[in-house]
Amino acid sequence: MSTELTGAEITVRCLQKEGVDHIFGYPGGAVLYIYDELFKQDKVKHVLVRHEQAAVHAADGYARSSNRVGVALVTSGPGVTNAVTGIATAYMDSIPLVIISGQVPTHAIGLDAFQEVDTVGITRPCVKHNFLVKDITELATTIKKAFYIASTGRPGPVLVDIPKDVSQQKTAFVYPERVSMRSYNPVTKGHSGQIKKAVQLILGAKRPMIYTGGGVILSDAAARLTDVVRMLGFPCTNTLMGLGGYPATDKQFVGMLGMHGTYEANMAMQHCDVLVAIGARFDDRVIGNPKHFYNEDRKIIHIDIDPSSISKRVKVDVPIVGSIPDVLDELIKLLKAGKEQPDQAALDAWWTQIDLWRARDCLKYDRASPIIKPQMVIEKLYEVTGGNAFITSDVGQHQMWAAQFYKFDLPRRWINSGGLGTMGFGLPAAMGVQFANPEGTVACVTGEASIQMCIQELSTCKQYNLPLKIVNLNNRYMGMVRQWQEFFHGNRYAESYMDALPNFVKLAESYGHVGMKIEQPGDIEDALKEAFKLKDRLVFMDFITDQTENVFPMVPGGKGLSEMILV
Amino acid sequence: MENEAGALSRVAGLFSSRGYNIESLTVAATEDPTLSRMTLVTAGSDDVVEQITKQLNKLIEVVKVVDLSDGDHIERELMLIKMRAVGKDREEIKRMADIFRGRIIDVTDKSYTIELTGTGSKLDAFLEAMERSAILETVRTGASGIGRGERILKI
Repeated sequence: MSTELTGAEITVRCLQKEGVDHIFGYPGGAVLYIYDELFKQDKVKHVLVRHEQAAVHAADGYARSSNRVGVALVTSGPGVTNAVTGIATAYMDSIPLVIISGQVPTHAIGLDAFQEVDTVGITRPCVKHNFLVKDITELATTIKKAFYIASTGRPGPVLVDIPKDVSQQKTAFVYPERVSMRSYNPVTKGHSGQIKKAVQLILGAKRPMIYTGGGVILSDAAARLTDVVRMLGFPCTNTLMGLGGYPATDKQFVGMLGMHGTYEANMAMQHCDVLVAIGARFDDRVIGNPKHFYNEDRKIIHIDIDPSSISKRVKVDVPIVGSIPDVLDELIKLLKAGKEQPDQAALDAWWTQIDLWRARDCLKYDRASPIIKPQMVIEKLYEVTGGNAFITSDVGQHQMWAAQFYKFDLPRRWINSGGLGTMGFGLPAAMGVQFANPEGTVACVTGEASIQMCIQELSTCKQYNLPLKIVNLNNRYMGMVRQWQEFFHGNRYAESYMDALPNFVKLAESYGHVGMKIEQPGDIEDALKEAFKLKDRLVFMDFITDQTENVFPMVPGGKGLSEMILV
Repeated sequence: MENEAGALSRVAGLFSSRGYNIESLTVAATEDPTLSRMTLVTAGSDDVVEQITKQLNKLIEVVKVVDLSDGDHIERELMLIKMRAVGKDREEIKRMADIFRGRIIDVTDKSYTIELTGTGSKLDAFLEAMERSAILETVRTGASGIGRGERILKI
């Protein structure tokens, strides 16, 4: 007869069994027993954030940069509601998280108790699944299921709500080695007949295009994808979520596509005759208006683990439901086994066309400007870090410039909120990245508006000595809002100007960090070099940038990808 | 689907959050008490119905989804209808209920309560046949469906 453990002990033991080394959280009444157990052990290290939203973003950054499940712990009521933005962010980008929340005691549920919210109800639309554990004998199995569901199939956040009395009661602890659920059996192998059809289409293509998304990153399929693309000699584009899926410095990479994608990527998308979509979901910011999503007839092959992503916005010809590594392995096998080769003459002509589009040099900007151009800061950041940094970002213009100008050769290096577009994500996500990669160089590219949405985490960074480098592109505007107002709202900059900004240098210093203000283009490189030399300090670099700079190219909402506004 | 608290709200929530219609929905435990079965009537183009099916399958507590209208199937709905029944109307209402194979299950000196089972359109037809002002109250269950012949939905 094994000894009985409390629900709180069981919770912590489950985390240990899952090999969790860091959890991000904030204590409160309903989770006090769990915190008490965390206190008594040192295998699972707790990171105390300053706001629950940051706990979930940090767990998220941890997961994105490591392919491990991120874990957050929050209390009931406001703890959960603060966490919701983080959970929804992870849900939109399919990030594997387990969120443990405290709940009021079972006897008080439904009675409007202090710090009570219907956590399962509030989070239902933004989790892959959630559980309320009312019976302590189901606690261990439920946590096991949570990790299993979060990390398999199309990943996503799973929440486990634990009432206070359940964390206090006792039962025998048995952690199941594995769980099986009759209602949850994610597929892995793709349909071999469909893969054969795809190979036929690929080999017959005259103007092929490979378009890949976050699924390639999440399934750790970047190396295989690179093999396939190189074997075929086809052009490849990545979505915002897919950057690093194919090396950005490779000549077959045509840049990011989408609303702020390159001219060559967007034009190739519109003019190809065979489109291979891998782990991408034809999102509105990526393909624009589906009604205008082609200039010529073409066939689409779509590989994705989630059947509901297939033919959701765009009808496809060859759907392949399966895990990307498995499907690519099969694809490589068939390509190698067959005698047929891609049509080289047609491919040469296609590349000639693509190079003409490339020559348009759509990302050009005024390098001689006496005011700092934000693009130049990112280019210098790329140079100074040798392209090896983990880059997190917030949301807006700076995010697009980081995506356009930092060339990601490796997966899991570009950490941003692509789906939900959460301002405030960058700094806490960078904390999680640093915990998952203690030796890694981590920079957060942000703006003066976004950074203020989770600025309190500078305190967390001090407590844990996180040597993050914050690159603040400060244009005194909510830049992307300003850009839309300039283009579509007659230059009426309604509430998009950032007045009464803090002195970021002093602010950073007051948190115990290093602050720098950079106002001259000629100082960018030296400032970055100096900052990255400070290996054990957080450095907040406040770059005062051109207020009127816009992100180009731009596909206006409702238009097709070929209808770009260019510089 | 799993006969668990919250499963129904996941389905209902999915329909409202993605903007699908629910025309009717019935759910109850099956002979296996760990499972419940839901019949949901919705309308949409083939593409929409395909998405609904895929989205339902993604819900962790949904064990299996079939589109009954893909093949031969039977659907039945129960309606209880309370009619004002006085004077010569009593005879007429009784006669109509018989024609529609309804049963009078409660009687007062002023009213009949009729139980009627059938497809939704049969129930509609009965209501059409009744004088509007005589209908005091109706309650309908929504359709329950099952495949015809050997077609079985079982786990």
